[in-house]
Amino acid sequence: MTHLKSREAILFGAILGLLLVVATRFPGFVAPENLIAVFTDTSPLIVLAMGQMAVILTRCIDLSVAANLALTGMVCAMINVAAPDLPVGVILTVALAMGAMLGAINGILVWKLSIPPIVVTLGTMTIFRGIIFLLTEGKWINAHEMSPQFTGFPRADLLGMPVLGWIAVLVSAVMLLAMARTTLGRSIYAVGGNPHAAVYTGIDVGKTQFAAFVISGMLAGLTGYLWVARYSVAYVDIAGGFELDVVAACVIGGVSIAGGAGTVVGTLLGALFLGVVKNALPVVDISPFWQLAISGAAIIIAVAFNAQSGRTKGRVILKSAEHAQ
Amino acid sequence: MTFQASEQSGDTAFAPVLSLDNITKTFPGVKALDGVELHLYAGEVTALIGENGAGKSTVVKTLTGIYQPDGGQIMLDGKPVHFPTPQDAADAGVTAIHQETVLFDELTVAENVFIGHAPKNRFGLIDTKAMHAKTTEILASIGAPIDAGVKLKDLGIASRHLVAIARALSVEARVVIMDEPTAALSQTEIEELYDLVDTLKAQGKAILFISHKFDEIFRIADRFTVFRDGQFVGAGKMADIKEAELVQMMVGRAVEQLFPKRHAEIGDEVLKVVGYSHPTEFEDINFTLRRGEILGFYGLVGAGRSEFMQSLIGITRPSKGVVRIDGTVQVIRSPADAIQAGIVYVPEDRGKQGAIVDMPIFQNVTLPSLHKTSRNGFIRLAEEFAMAREYTERLDLRAASLNTNVGALSGGNQQKVVIAKWLATQPRVIILDEPTKGIDIGSKAAVHDFMSELAAQGLSVIMVSSEIPEILGMSDRVIVMREGRMVVELQGDDLSPETLVRHAVGIQTKGDAA
Repeated sequence: MTHLKSREAILFGAILGLLLVVATRFPGFVAPENLIAVFTDTSPLIVLAMGQMAVILTRCIDLSVAANLALTGMVCAMINVAAPDLPVGVILTVALAMGAMLGAINGILVWKLSIPPIVVTLGTMTIFRGIIFLLTEGKWINAHEMSPQFTGFPRADLLGMPVLGWIAVLVSAVMLLAMARTTLGRSIYAVGGNPHAAVYTGIDVGKTQFAAFVISGMLAGLTGYLWVARYSVAYVDIAGGFELDVVAACVIGGVSIAGGAGTVVGTLLGALFLGVVKNALPVVDISPFWQLAISGAAIIIAVAFNAQSGRTKGRVILKSAEHAQ
Repeated sequence: MTFQASEQSGDTAFAPVLSLDNITKTFPGVKALDGVELHLYAGEVTALIGENGAGKSTVVKTLTGIYQPDGGQIMLDGKPVHFPTPQDAADAGVTAIHQETVLFDELTVAENVFIGHAPKNRFGLIDTKAMHAKTTEILASIGAPIDAGVKLKDLGIASRHLVAIARALSVEARVVIMDEPTAALSQTEIEELYDLVDTLKAQGKAILFISHKFDEIFRIADRFTVFRDGQFVGAGKMADIKEAELVQMMVGRAVEQLFPKRHAEIGDEVLKVVGYSHPTEFEDINFTLRRGEILGFYGLVGAGRSEFMQSLIGITRPSKGVVRIDGTVQVIRSPADAIQAGIVYVPEDRGKQGAIVDMPIFQNVTLPSLHKTSRNGFIRLAEEFAMAREYTERLDLRAASLNTNVGALSGGNQQKVVIAKWLATQPRVIILDEPTKGIDIGSKAAVHDFMSELAAQGLSVIMVSSEIPEILGMSDRVIVMREGRMVVELQGDDLSPETLVRHAVGIQTKGDAA
């Protein structure tokens, strides 16, 4: 655990360094209001990364999060068009429930049919996008069709930060508690750390993976509503390719792609790192191509870091060396 | 491939084929080999003996070019040599059959034998025909009835071993290193391997034989070399040494009693298994187990012992059968049910199936008992820590902190974590599958001691073991299994190595009416 803590410190340092470099050329970037704006802009990524982290920890991967987001977001928008007066609370409940259901489909296929997660979610990713097309025949739902309370919720200001930002804070806090202090969180780490050992200790590996997919789906559904409301538009291709950013945030944050290792704080920092890169570089006139290159380099560095710390240190054979450790 | 019989052992026995002189190998912070020596002679088997971690595997890797020594000299026929890569060692005729045989399931036997040095035709492509012919020739020379064209995945474990040996012989081998070759073999297969070693000896090869098992060392070796903690302790001829002296050289202290079964009060019946059957793995298993009793399960590898145990704890489903604990019928559909019922299983492969190395000690210990220290799914950390502390202290586990990751502990301590984990569930019955497989003599004694202590405290123990001395020394009663069936239940004066083996291999004699 100690090396994970130190890598989180390194990541935190990298984010600070990045902010510092940008601040020397454009001091306004590090003004509190702007930092809050950057955080809010990164919030969807943070929320999705929290779910993805749970999935990756169990040695799975969820490539369908962005498609789940788009489908649930579209359904929320359609409900809003049909019943503009429905309270936001109902919409939120629908978003969470529907997202969880879509996640459960992934989970069931992985659990009961033992299909590799990458295949399952690659399939459902395409299916979810296809369903949006079937529902809408490719038409968009635009800002003027949505009710003001529907689009206003994520943008509403609460203690100086939009609700969207607070939701990311809340989700991170809940996940922090869930991973550290619940039996489910512990099972998730155990399943990813050593599935064979987990079976013998009475943990149902498939069921735990199912639970992780439901969490990921639920958070994707939640983000679906927030995304559609924030940008006030819903169409087939929203958040296209965003699942890769989500996986990248986890990997940069130190979640091992082999499962079993990774923390909520690391994932949060990984998402923030990508958010800062995305928001800061245009400000200092660095082309978007460099932005992609920097994100890509960060992923490779993070994976190299994981591989390095995972390398075995050699065996202690001499009795004298055992005490020296 | 020709086997040269020209090097007759009589002439060359005085000068070793291969020697290690004053070899040192240091890893960061660790001296794995500290000035060791080792001499191998043509037509003779030299046993390399030492506890786990004595440096045996490092020597093998140094001899085969996987590691480079930091100091000292390797001599081949009295001339200094270097093996910068495994290929150089193979070219010099030094070849090894490794502990974990490195073979490829999806390739054919011939492809496995010649991987890395396949014969080429004039276009530089692999000459499949020649490869098959040579493989068939080698397999015939070691008396292995294996078709060179079948895929490796279609072979049993013993045949795979023969393929590994054929692979070692596919280079012009002068020195053959066998690293625990009998670890995964059954008694008959082991006998066949001994015959093979004799064949190789007759062909004038120098053999380095690494083993934990004393009976086989005395059966097969001409000379011995003992290492301890990376240092050379002694060498000599087998004819000049006694078992007890060898043990003392290995451990550096006299081991008085290897199997210290203490007296335990045998109480009431705890577990009763009736008619346990599985469609393909075992049939009609019946036994009872009393409080404080150690019940041994003996049999050859593949007799269905582990399969039965895994079914008993709910990993696989039996087709019929009843389990009673304290007279109450228990329905066990999953390991969680078994833990609930008070039956826990410590698997054979503790590395793979035991500890979760990325987790701290305390989380490993409490994993199966987490429901006891949590309310509504939320863990109470103080209670969890108290539980972890109680059981790690009971096992005398020494670690800087219970927050240390298990991966950072030594093998022995990892094993303690696994056992603490199971004791924390407060079981009635603990099943130990091959509890001392692959561990050194010193640690073995500690495990046996601990096992009798558990029994003395009133726990009922089932011990699956393939080691006859361990079965005889530790068990109050023994059940022998063969081909998925219970053959016999033995106790008291009926227990002898001969009866165990006879029942396990299925030799019927008149005296076995019972």
